[in-house]
Amino acid sequence: MATTTYVEAIRQGLWEEMTRDEEVFVLGEDVGVYGGAFKVTAGFLDQFGEERVMDTPLCESAIVGAAIGAALMGMRPVAEMQFADFISCAFDQITNFAAKCRYRWGAGVPLVIRGPSGGGIHGGPFHSQNPEMYFVHTPGLKVVAPSTAYDAKGLIKSAVRDEDPVLFFEHKYLYRRVKEELPSEEFLIPIGKADVKRTGGDISVITYGAMVHNALEAAGVLAADGVELEVVDLRTLVPLDKATVLESVKKTGKVILLHEDTRTGGFAGELAAVIAEEVFEYLDGPVMRITAPDTPIPYSPPLEEFFLPKTSDVIRVARHLAAY
Amino acid sequence: MLPDKKVCRDMLYYMKLSREIETRIERKLYRQGKIVGGVYVGRGQEAISVGSSIQLGQDDCICPSHRDMGAFLIRGLSPREVLAQYMGKKTGVTRGKEANMHMGDMRHKIVAFVSMLADTVPVAAGIALAYKMRRQRNVVLCYFGDGATSRGDWHEGLNLAAVQKVPVVFLCNNNQYAYSTPLEKQMPIPDISLRARGYAMPGVSVDGNDVLAVHEATREAVELARNGGGPSLIECKTFRMTGHSAHDDARYVPKELFEEWSRKDPILRWETRLIRDKVMSEGEVRGMATRITQEVDRAVSLAESDPLPEPEETLEGVYADQSVEAPLAFAASFFSPDRWR
Repeated sequence: MATTTYVEAIRQGLWEEMTRDEEVFVLGEDVGVYGGAFKVTAGFLDQFGEERVMDTPLCESAIVGAAIGAALMGMRPVAEMQFADFISCAFDQITNFAAKCRYRWGAGVPLVIRGPSGGGIHGGPFHSQNPEMYFVHTPGLKVVAPSTAYDAKGLIKSAVRDEDPVLFFEHKYLYRRVKEELPSEEFLIPIGKADVKRTGGDISVITYGAMVHNALEAAGVLAADGVELEVVDLRTLVPLDKATVLESVKKTGKVILLHEDTRTGGFAGELAAVIAEEVFEYLDGPVMRITAPDTPIPYSPPLEEFFLPKTSDVIRVARHLAAY
Repeated sequence: MLPDKKVCRDMLYYMKLSREIETRIERKLYRQGKIVGGVYVGRGQEAISVGSSIQLGQDDCICPSHRDMGAFLIRGLSPREVLAQYMGKKTGVTRGKEANMHMGDMRHKIVAFVSMLADTVPVAAGIALAYKMRRQRNVVLCYFGDGATSRGDWHEGLNLAAVQKVPVVFLCNNNQYAYSTPLEKQMPIPDISLRARGYAMPGVSVDGNDVLAVHEATREAVELARNGGGPSLIECKTFRMTGHSAHDDARYVPKELFEEWSRKDPILRWETRLIRDKVMSEGEVRGMATRITQEVDRAVSLAESDPLPEPEETLEGVYADQSVEAPLAFAASFFSPDRWR
């Protein structure tokens, strides 16, 4: 059976949803004729026509605003930010309009905003960012960040069907680097459920996105030394699957919080607080964060390499923590 | 030529009802401390929302702004719901979640605006896009003030609407001040309607204190939009007869301007016209005023006796899925007996 890449999995998921429901449509910059900067919507224009595959001007705020309007009418827009970095231009529409409609006046906004995020591709400061925390901090939004082709496909389909605005951060480093066999029958993955990607009894590594693969690689290396990592892939940051996280920490008593986003105000800080409040009694060591440093994402290879958290960082911290 | 008699009378009724409700809100309930938040009224600008929204059908949609009381009432919100909204009551349009004119209800096809003015402009384009994609012959009326036309979202929204040729009418309520900032510090152009040329859509400027002029300009733009002709921009020139809000005494506005514009009061002008053209008698106009006073009296007393929301309702309605827990200010498990063994 053939394998499917992460980017193809997202493409398939969107294709299936647009086939299933004619109220689903995509809009964004270069999504039509060009098929999207990363080819997520390649072939869509021919299949679904230019109304449902809408090339827009460069106007992230109006792309999201128009998607909100259509969603208020019950349609199912999927807006693409060409790079997740550009989502800052639509910040106000997302955080003040989309996020608050239901709470303020009971109007649902079933909208998906997709954005290729993350570094490792020499994209420099404006084509590499991880902007998830701006939105994690805004009640009313859901935030999804898959790490595998299987999860990406199942989650994009759930995102399209969700009644609330979902921010879908696709890690562009993974687009063509991770692949797997996917089931031939339809499947969905619920938003708000973490997945234990590897079980282990010594240290919980709680992570998401591209870093899941670094954690798994580190787990493979450490297993040879007799240190067993449990890798918890959050998959969804909001709503957070607290039960799975806390269950894992209760079992291992030691925890590493790993993400590619920068340190201060990153999701690791929130997780550390939840763990300290809820399962303090079970901890056998300091809660450790491994994150990018608090700098913009630099371009030059040695700088970017230094910036991104690495498998070797996980191994080093895990060895120390195991000995604590 | 005048529209039919019922429309003429209804326009007077909604303008007078708006004025009466807003006068109670601003000059009575706010001063009595019964309205605790901000108050922004459209005194002197009633012709704009009334003359335009009165001609919409049930499935058309409006995106009003904060000086468009008439549009809310015409779309079917009751004076009691509106007053309860201002008082933060559970029976208010947003059940206490939102303040003053920040109200909407998709059952009435009213979109609640946000305080970041012009944000509803691209949203209106999206609603119109939905009409177009669904082959519905409906239109959106999108309202904003002069201030909003300086924002990026306004320009992005007009541009996208024009490129997609969607059925939306953009109505600018140009009251000449953005809070304390006069037009000449906001823009270098004499007419906001000139901005339409940048988006290749029809743009007209009309006397915003003449309800008939607003009605006629909107009628043409709505017809164009319904027939697939795309968006239009209508600038309604008017004047803000108050401060920006109830706490603002507008001392930065020259007194002569208030005097000049009070002579152009849209309600007085329309009343005079209807009496002159024998659509209504003076007695009928007086009768209408009395009925409105009684109607608002009743609405105020009902809204005043309505309940406030329960504090715990704070946590409700963030997501559709009720199983998504809105976290409390502290971890509840801390108080669980299990933690203290």
